[in-house]
Parts: sequence; C-alpha cells; structure tokens
Amino acid sequence: MAQAAHTLNPSKPLGHGHSVKRHTGLMDWITTVDHKKIAILYLIAGGLFFGIGGFEAILIRIQLIKPMNSFLDAQTFNELITMHGTTMIFLGVMPVIFALMNAVIPLQIGARDVAFPFLNALGFWTFLFGGILLNLSWVMGGAPDAGWTAYTPLSTSTYSTTHGVDFYTIGLQIAGLGTLIGGINFLATIITMRAPGMSFMRMPMFAWTTFITSAIILFAFPAITVGLVLLTFDRIIGANFFEVGAGGNPILWQHIFWIFGHPEVYILILPAFGIISEVIPTFARKRLFGYSSMVFATILIAFLGFMVWAHHMFTTGLGPVANALFSVSTMLIAVPTGIKIFNWLLTMWGGQVRFTTPNLFAVGFIPTFTMGGVTGVMLASAPADFQFHDTYFVVAHFHYVIVGGLVLGLFAGLHYWWPKMFGRMLSEKLGKWTFWTFILGFHLTFFVQHFLGLMGMQRRVFTYLPNQHFDVLNLVSTIGAFLMGVGMIIFLTNIFLTSRKPADAAADPWEDGRTLEWSIPSPPPEYNFKQTPLVRGIDAFWKEKTAGHTEMTPAEPVGSIHMPSATMLPFLMSVGIFIAGLGFMFSRDEFKSDFVGFMFNNYLVTAIGLLITFGSMLMRSLFDDQGWHIEPEELEGEQI
Amino acid sequence: MTGKIQKSTNSEKRGRLMMKTWQAVKRLLPMTAIFGLILAGCGREDLSVLRPQGPAAESSLGLMKLSIAIMVVVLLIVFSIAAYVIIRFRRKPGQQEIPKQVEGNFKLEVLWTVIPLILVVVLAVPTVKAVFAAGNDHANDKNAIKVKVTGHQFWWEFEYTDYGVKTAQDLVIPKGKDIAFELTTADVLHSFWVPSLSGKIDTNPAGTINRFSFSAPNEGVYRGKCAELCGPSHGLMEFKVKSVSEDAFEQWIASMKSPVAVLPEDPELAKTFKNQCLKCHAIGDQGLAVGPNLTGIGSREAIAGILLNDDTGVDGAPIEENLKTWLHDPQSVKPGNLMPNPKDLGLSDAEIDGIAAYLANYTLD
Amino acid sequence: MTTPHAEAANNTLPYEPEKATLEGRNKVLGFWLFLGGEAVLFGTLFATFLALRNQTNDGPTANELFHLPLVAAATFILLVSSLTSVFAIQAMHRNRPALLRNWLLVTVGLGLGFLILEIYEFSQYIRHEEFGMTTSAFSSAFYTLVGFHGAHVAFGILWIFVLILQMSRKGLTVVTAPKVYVSAIYWHFIDVVWVFIFTVVYLLGKVG
Repeated sequence: MAQAAHTLNPSKPLGHGHSVKRHTGLMDWITTVDHKKIAILYLIAGGLFFGIGGFEAILIRIQLIKPMNSFLDAQTFNELITMHGTTMIFLGVMPVIFALMNAVIPLQIGARDVAFPFLNALGFWTFLFGGILLNLSWVMGGAPDAGWTAYTPLSTSTYSTTHGVDFYTIGLQIAGLGTLIGGINFLATIITMRAPGMSFMRMPMFAWTTFITSAIILFAFPAITVGLVLLTFDRIIGANFFEVGAGGNPILWQHIFWIFGHPEVYILILPAFGIISEVIPTFARKRLFGYSSMVFATILIAFLGFMVWAHHMFTTGLGPVANALFSVSTMLIAVPTGIKIFNWLLTMWGGQVRFTTPNLFAVGFIPTFTMGGVTGVMLASAPADFQFHDTYFVVAHFHYVIVGGLVLGLFAGLHYWWPKMFGRMLSEKLGKWTFWTFILGFHLTFFVQHFLGLMGMQRRVFTYLPNQHFDVLNLVSTIGAFLMGVGMIIFLTNIFLTSRKPADAAADPWEDGRTLEWSIPSPPPEYNFKQTPLVRGIDAFWKEKTAGHTEMTPAEPVGSIHMPSATMLPFLMSVGIFIAGLGFMFSRDEFKSDFVGFMFNNYLVTAIGLLITFGSMLMRSLFDDQGWHIEPEELEGEQI
Repeated sequence: MTGKIQKSTNSEKRGRLMMKTWQAVKRLLPMTAIFGLILAGCGREDLSVLRPQGPAAESSLGLMKLSIAIMVVVLLIVFSIAAYVIIRFRRKPGQQEIPKQVEGNFKLEVLWTVIPLILVVVLAVPTVKAVFAAGNDHANDKNAIKVKVTGHQFWWEFEYTDYGVKTAQDLVIPKGKDIAFELTTADVLHSFWVPSLSGKIDTNPAGTINRFSFSAPNEGVYRGKCAELCGPSHGLMEFKVKSVSEDAFEQWIASMKSPVAVLPEDPELAKTFKNQCLKCHAIGDQGLAVGPNLTGIGSREAIAGILLNDDTGVDGAPIEENLKTWLHDPQSVKPGNLMPNPKDLGLSDAEIDGIAAYLANYTLD
Repeated sequence: MTTPHAEAANNTLPYEPEKATLEGRNKVLGFWLFLGGEAVLFGTLFATFLALRNQTNDGPTANELFHLPLVAAATFILLVSSLTSVFAIQAMHRNRPALLRNWLLVTVGLGLGFLILEIYEFSQYIRHEEFGMTTSAFSSAFYTLVGFHGAHVAFGILWIFVLILQMSRKGLTVVTAPKVYVSAIYWHFIDVVWVFIFTVVYLLGKVG
C-alpha cells in the first residue's frame, strides 16, 4: 500500500526532481540516507564504542584481580566504571540494535525505505557526535566519575569538580536525541510502510519488538532528557534542583533517572527477544510457537516496564507501601517473560534444529537469559533486595540480562543477517569458536559474582581487603573476562577474513529463511524491492516457498521507483549541536587567551553551533527535496 | 561441613581397600571442588549475607532461600526441556521433509501463564509481609537504643542521642537489644550496610532522612560497609559493629561520657596535638566535631575503618603501626579523604610518631 | 509521484492537502508521535516543579510573586492564537492561500505578544523581586518549566514565520501543506501545555 503511492501516476511528469547527486567514497557515507548504509554506519560506530567499553571492562577486571591492587588509582577506577556502563549501554549496544533494525526492518515489512530517511541519518549523526563528545572527556580534563547512574549530590559540581559529569550530561543529551529520532522513525515506518497484506498480526516478531521498543524509547527518553537538563543547569548555571542547601532534592534525580532507566532495560532486551524469535524458527524449520501470545507478552512487558522503576530504589527509603507495590509489580514481569521462554523451547520441539552459529547463540541465550531472569525475580523481593542491592549480586544479574541476554542476541542477529547486510557468509568455524569462548568466558566472569555479592562485596569498589574470601572468585572472574575478550577478537578476525572473500551469498543463504528479507538479493539493491511484494500470511516468504514459488508475488507492476536524495545536512546539524554542547559546557571557564574566553563566556560558541544547526534546518525547510527516480529501464539492467 | 567429613570417610574406606586410588581421586575431585566452592561461597561469619547473625538478616535470607528454591525449580524445568529439545530434535543428515508447522497450543500457553503466576504469588505474599515487618523502625520504642548515623566522605559517625555520646567507625551496641537508627549524610549519599546483621539503607540528606532497626543477639564484631558510590574511597569506607553484653555497653557509655582529657604527657606534643589535631577532631570534651571523634581510639577495631588492628599481625597490624601508616600519609590509605596530611601542617616525623603512640595507648577502661 | 507545483498552478489541491502524499501522512503521524514524547518531557518538568514548588529557600514564594492579571492576559492571548491557527487550517482546507497567510500572521503576532509579556514578567521577577534561576529550588523549577514552554513558543513563532515566507515563494502545495498542518498541531500543543502551567504553576501557587 505504501509504495503503491509512488507509482500511482505512471506518467511521472516530474521525473527527477533535480539532478541526482551521486557521491562516492567518504562523502557517500556522510551524505547517505539509505537505511542499509546507515545500518552499517551504526554497526561500525557501535562496534567501536563497544570495543572501548570492553577495553574499560578489562582494565576494571585487572584492577580487581587481587585484593589491595594498585594497578589503577581510585579516581581512575571510578571514571572507568562510569564510562564502561555509560558507553556500553548508550553507545555500544543501542547502536548495534539500531544497526540491525535499520538493516532488517524495512526489508522485513517489504518497504523500500524508512518513513523518514533524512531523520534516520540525523539520528545516526547526533548519536555519533554525542558519543564522541562523551569520550572526549578522557583527554579533556577527566571522565565522569559518579557512576553511570550519576546519583546526586555526588554528580553535582560540589563533589565532582572536573568537567567529567558535564561531558556525561551533554554527551548523553545529544546521543539521546539521536535515539529518540530513531524511535519515532521506526514507529512511523512500521505503522505506514508495511507491504500490502502485511497486517500487524502478520509482522515478523523482530518487527513487532522493534515497534514496541520504539514506543518505549518515545515515552522513556524524554524523561532522561529532562533529568539531564536539570543536572546540567545545576552544574553550569547554578540552579538548585539537587542542592539540598537551597531546597533541592537529590532523591528526585533517582526517580527521574529510573523512570527512564528501567524502561531502558526493556529497550535493550526486547530487540534481542525479537532476534531470537527470528533465528530459532528459521533453524528449527518451524513457525514461531504461540505467535500471538508472544506479541501479547511483548506489549505487557513494555507496559509493566514503566511501573517498576522504584525497584532500583528499595534502599532509598520509600516506605513499606511503595516497596511492597513495586516488589509485586516487578515480580509480575516474570510471567510474560516466562511465556516467551517456553514459546521458544516449544518452537524447537518437533522441529529439525540446525546448530549454525546464529542458532548456537540463540539457543545459548535461552538458559543464560533465564538465569538472569530468575535473579531478577529474587531482586524484586524488597527485603531480600536490602541485602542484594548495590552488591556484586546485582552486577551479576544485570550482566546476565544485558550480556547473557542482549549481547548473545545481538551476536545471533549479526551472524544471522551478516550475509544479508554484506553479501558474505561469516565463517561458521570461527563463529563457533566465538560462541564457545564468549559464553564460557561470560559464565566464568559473572556466575561467581553472585556469590561475591552474597559474601558481602559491594559494587563499584576500586579494591577490597584480603581475607574476606573474595580473592579466588575475583581471580576467576578476571580470567573469564579475558576469555570473553578472546571471543571478541575471534569475532573481529572472522569479520576481517570474511571481508576479503567474494560477496557471493545467496538471497536465502540459510536456505530456510521465512521472512521477506530473504526473498531479495544479498545485499539488497538500493531500492530493496523491485516490486513491492504481496504478503499472504505470516512468514510470508516461507509460505510462498512451501507453495512451490521461488519468489514473492508482486503487488504492483514494475515501475519507476522514488528515492530520497543524499544530503549533507544531517551531518552538519549534528556538528552544530556538538559545537553548541562544547561551548555551553565551557561557558563558565577561564581561558588563557582573551579571545577564546570571550567566545566561550558570552555563549558565542554555543550560538555559532546552534546557528549551524538551525541554519541547516532552515535549508532543509526552504529548499524542497523531491528526491529522484530509478526508472524501469535501469531496473531491468540489473541482475535481480 | 558435612560434605568434607563424608569425603574424608569415603576416601579412608577406599584407602583401606588400597584399590584403584586414582579412580577414587578422579571421582572425588569434582566433589571436593564443589564443596570447596560451597564453603567458600558462604563467606565470613562476620560479613556474609549467607551466614546471618541477627533476625533482620535471617528474614532476608529466608526470602532468598524461598526465592532460590522456586527459581531452581524453574531453572531445572527450563534446562531439562532445553536439553531434551536440543538433543531429540536435531536435524538429521538427509532430513528433508518439512516439520509440522504448529501455531501454538492454547492449553499449554495457559499452563505456563498460570503456573508462574502462582509462583509469583507464593513469593509475593511473604515478601509483602517482610516488607511491612522491616518497616518497624523502633523509633518510638523506649527499650531501643537510639543511634544517629551520619555518613561522611569516607567515615561513619555514630551518635547515641539518649546518652549524648558521639563516636566514629566502631558502633558499640548491647547484644539482643533493638537499635533504632536514624540515618543521614553530611555530604553525598552513602549506604549503611552490615551484611551479617541486616540489609542496607541509604543515608540521605535532610528532608529525606531514613529510619530503620536491627539487633544482634550474639556478642561479636561485625563488618560494615558503605554500599553507595560516594567518591574515590567508597570501597574503603568500612566500619565495625561491636555487639557486647549489656553491662559492657553501660560501662562503655560511662567511660565515653567521663570527660577524660588525657592529653599527651610530653607538653610540647600536647600543645601540637591541641593546636593541630583538635582543630577538627574531638577527644572527650575537647576539640571540634568536624572529623571523626577520637575518644578512646586505642580501643577500636581498626584505624580509618580499614587498617585492622591486630597485634598478631595476621589480619592487620598492631594499632600503633596502623596509626603511623595513616598519619604519615592519609591519602595513600584512603584517596580523596578530607584529612590534611600532618606533614603539610608542619608536624615532624617524630611528632607524628609521638601522636600515633599516644593515640594507640588512649584506650577506654 | 504527483507533482505538487503543477497542482498548485492548476488549483487542483485536494481537500486535505496535508494527507495527499505518503510523505505528508508520514509527517503528520511522525509529528503526533513526537508530541507524545513532548508530553512526557513536560510531564517530567511538571513533576519536578510539583516536587519543588514549596522549597523557596527563604526567597519569594509563589503567592508573593505571581500577579494573576498579567498571566491571565498572556493566557488569553495564547488561547486566541490557538483559535486563529484553527482558522488558518480552515483557510488551507478551503484552498485560500492569502487568507491562510493572514491568519498565520495573526497567530505569529499573538505568539509574539505572549512572549513579550512573559519576558516582561521574568524581568520583573529578576529585577524587583530578586527571584532568579539560582534563588531557590522553586525558582529553578519555575524558570525551567515556564522557560521551556517559552522556548517552545519562540521556536513556534520562528517556524511558522519561515513557513509563511516559504509559502510566499512556493504557494500552497501538497509539500507545504503538511508543514503548515503540523505547525498548527504544535501550536495547539504548546497552548494545552500553557493551560496546565497556568493551573499548576500560577493558580495553585496563588491558592496553595
């Protein structure tokens, strides 16, 4: 229905809106609005930040390898744990999630593009510049040191005197803007751009979880936007939101942070659920068991996810009524999550399970994530949480959910869709090595941490006294971390070696592909679908295959295809925001050079940055971009 | 414990038989490893959540045991179905026919919705009960000992409001009595945690002050920690809870209250101590209460909360040595702490050692 | 792809030009979604304000500070501007570009009036009441909430003004119509937010 609009008028009197600019090389990447290229950009940038976060993790584990270690000093350690958490969540895994969403969602719903290609590019560039800004803190006077949760008053300018936390607030603000844009884009894309016949209840599960995840992003991220603004104002222009002396309330930060922060957990895990729900049916050669209950469970999890934030605050002292309510609401999340686990197991039941690398990760996900889930229920019990809270037990729990859940899911997804994204199959042999080293390393690292917590080791400690029975378990944990590092190196090696092979992956390289993305070439052409497919049921491509067809039935005749134009503006707008952020951050500093001081202290740098951004917006608004068309003759020329 | 005994008797039998010892070892190694892990997994008696020494910690552990029991059952079910599926339904070579495409099964799906719901209820009921039980803070209990806890970067202040006694780092309590705590902070958030006695609670600034209560039925020294990131030395912000008999507690209060103004014997040293140290610290009725109160510091369990006093040298060092370590360079012991380096205040090494010796001998009767 | 400019020239604009193209429909939908996020944003700001509104730190209280007639006048102006923006959209649906432009100009003018009143109000507080951003938690929350709204109004004025300029060059087309339409939704949204601000900040401040 969506693409049909483009071709309603076959005479296409306009033709090309204006001359088509085709960029090459770096300019191509900076100006692209193609969701498949943006996916690759997200993957590269996310992978880079993931690597930085992983390196920080290794440093943390080296420091904790033995009691009273002096490998790192206390301040550096606090900076590392803060940056590890912040980087991994906001700049590491979320962009990789967005990479997979961008690469797959339009293909899965039979669309030629996302609803807002321009905004899609803008979302990527703001994320990237936000991430760069945050990491610049390492070389510009010190990284943030108040934990990724940045609890006030520790994060206020009284107790965190470097610019570290400013980099945190402004960097996350900019990166968060990108995420919000991405969320809106995918919501609109899934609502309006589905191929004819693809009703909501025929959508692949990954499209569903993307849809729900985007909705959570939309309603959760503005809360942290406000929280970060308040903290920025407190730190830079002397506001009093969290200043106890002037009537401020530090607990307010905790509420705002977790009203965002808990839904954020589901923003992370739901896409992984979606990936697992795609990989397992493919390699079991069976349709997803209990599809409608899966959809229902996803919605329920998202809904409940907004009502449990205070379970992060049981020891803050909210009183027994709040603690009891939030305990029970948190435990309830176990029910829809349990539904999902059993549905995956029953999908494999009676199937013909093939243990390819993606499926290894998916099958490894199930027990690992379940372990993280059950400790979650244990944490939900407030009186028990009085003991668990802020110990290594919690560290173990959320790494089981985020690494054992999300990261295993991402690995499954990356191995699964790699041929679709790049046209090359990753090596199965190296993939299996990645899986075994990573998952063994993972359990070695984090399983023992449950016990460390129970034995009295609190989290975020830069060292610990000997003779507390912590030594051996910490050593084991560090060894595990190195093993995970080895797994990552094998994965990177695999990517490198694969990139040197010819791009010869088949359209349906796993042979049992069920959804629309496997009905088009790997990698897909710029316009994805030569003809918009007609969807006749759930697992649309599988349905056609079992009916004896080799490709989808088209919903439209071959015609001219409208494409959005490449543009530099999203990049420029992000550069502007980046400059404005830096300018604002240093507006109260003293500078050696009078000129530089003049520029910063009068907010001129901020103004220049905003001018670039708003100027670019103005350009976008005043000069209509009609896009361009790919004509049927050009399509015929291509090998499809 | 029982595991270890069983293991030794087993191996004795096998040893007597003098047969295939190697096989026995091979069989026993993993067992020993597991028992070792379980023992190690329980931790120290004075520190571990798993070895509770008071009713509050026991209540928490009770809930943990219940939840672990439920969760182990869940895990076993999931793991066994997963194992069965993975083994039984592997794709065999040459298998080409399409497996039956199952849409779902209403009965099964209801089953695995209802059963978890029941399990949640089983856990939720005792949870809610325990939450409200933990809500009893004994603030209005006449028999309870009232203690005001104040967290500082990076030390703990304890004020016995009914007695007018202030101390730091060592919380002395009478065994068996309910202690009613009122907790606050002088700077950033901290969290007051004595794992073997009770769960933790945050120390918030004015306006959001917390109250809670626990008791220690047995005499002993328990380790306490700060559990909320509070700056560089968060990991070193430890304290001790000393549970003593009621008589000993009364005696301790009495000697804390008597204004023992025993300054160093050497008048020069006394002058330095008074002019420098007592600008921030207090002993008896002298000095200021900016830094930790030093009354009877010679009787404490540790210096700066983490340099454990142990004359045998096994678990720490003799107190005088600890004081010297601390006073010669406080930053190297607790980075980021607010105490100025005595050397920067103009104290000579000899003076510092003299003050260390004086403080080490400044004990309560 | 339809041809917007040709259509405008032939005066064959469809009845709801904002929904005539997929891009237009996407824009309207995406904007509604964006407003969902904005609602959470203002909701969080309101929650913050409610939590801190009595923390005056010995500075002026809401009751001492607020002067209702001035605020009521500002409220009236903004509400009328919402009405004029409805007239603008009706003019658009009737395909009368000149009328549309005039109503938009009135809307922008009223918005400017509101903004001037707000700036005057703030300057009174800062100059005569010693009530600045750093005075108390209440003052920080007040300026942030009301200031965020004011910034939204300012952005709206700029935006609609640019759209007026754009239409003077390109006319009313299926490309410009969705832009005008979403700017009207935006204008209504900040109006609704103001009604809440008037109630929660000013009326409640006077009463409670």
